[in-house]
Amino acid sequence: MGAKSETWLWIAQRASAALLALCVLVHLLTIIYAVRHGLSGAAILERTRGNAAGLAFYSLYVLAIAVHAPIGLRTLCQEWLGWRNASLNWFMAAVAVALFAFGLRAAWAVFV
Amino acid sequence: MNLLQVSVWRGAASGGYRTYEVPRQESQSVLDVVTYIQRSIDPTLAYRFACRVGMCGACAMTVNGVARWTCRTHVTKVAKGNAIQIAPLANLPVVKDLVTDMREFFDKWARARGQFVPSATRKDDFARVASDSPGRVAANAGIECIGCGVCYASCDVVSWNPDYLGPAALNRAWTLVNDVRDRARRERLAAVAGDAGCHACHTHLDCSERCPKSIAPTAAIAGLKRAVALAAWKGEL
Repeated sequence: MGAKSETWLWIAQRASAALLALCVLVHLLTIIYAVRHGLSGAAILERTRGNAAGLAFYSLYVLAIAVHAPIGLRTLCQEWLGWRNASLNWFMAAVAVALFAFGLRAAWAVFV
Repeated sequence: MNLLQVSVWRGAASGGYRTYEVPRQESQSVLDVVTYIQRSIDPTLAYRFACRVGMCGACAMTVNGVARWTCRTHVTKVAKGNAIQIAPLANLPVVKDLVTDMREFFDKWARARGQFVPSATRKDDFARVASDSPGRVAANAGIECIGCGVCYASCDVVSWNPDYLGPAALNRAWTLVNDVRDRARRERLAAVAGDAGCHACHTHLDCSERCPKSIAPTAAIAGLKRAVALAAWKGEL
């Protein structure tokens, strides 16, 4: 990949990291709230179903993960496995799509 | 007599350690020890040095597992009891014994566009650069590099990614990026971007920790990342 593409990947990873810092914090606070209040699965679903703000938040979270994780994983594959050809980029693109699809599916499942 | 047990790498890529007994002296540097071995015990030992006063960067070796400039490293500082292990620098091909081939290290300075490209001619007046201007301050932080290769030998990323330009070359590029007299900023930023350049740095800080001149290449690399990102953003990369 050229210098320009690599730079944009770096920018994307930094930007998604900033987003993740916020999203992970909100996500953890949500978990702590749910656990400390002893919410049942049904009680949680009651709060998430039809909650557009919740769906929007988790969609953003999933997007940040789908951008951030494959870029980091790509670097790991390059440095630790010596996998440096174009097939790595295609594989990571597939990982990104998979993370996005499965993440959205989960967010959608508790919305409807 | 108080004797040092000095274990020295002999051979090239393959080889082994050989132990020599060297009389311990006051204010003895590791380079003194190596010189004693070559002059008094085994003249076939190959090593490299020039100035002996920390200016030339020729005598860097791995001492007890850590890359150091040997002329300014006191034996008392590094000896474990009476033992020292001396090896060639890591991440560079070994020519013989303690001598490494520095070609790749310096070729990477060239690849990082480490050459000054003047924007003025000899007919122009001297450039006046205020000593407290931000660019001058940033360049000052990195210009005392002596090219010893200690940072390069200490860098994990170099060992993982042989194409990585390394801390010294990127530090050099950063000093030039901050040089207002230079006109190759754009090409230089393109040269240091990407997987082989500043974006490969993991900020382990080994280079900054071990630089004998107390330079912080990590800070230079972080500066390059910012400058490159800004250039990409502006469509100048």
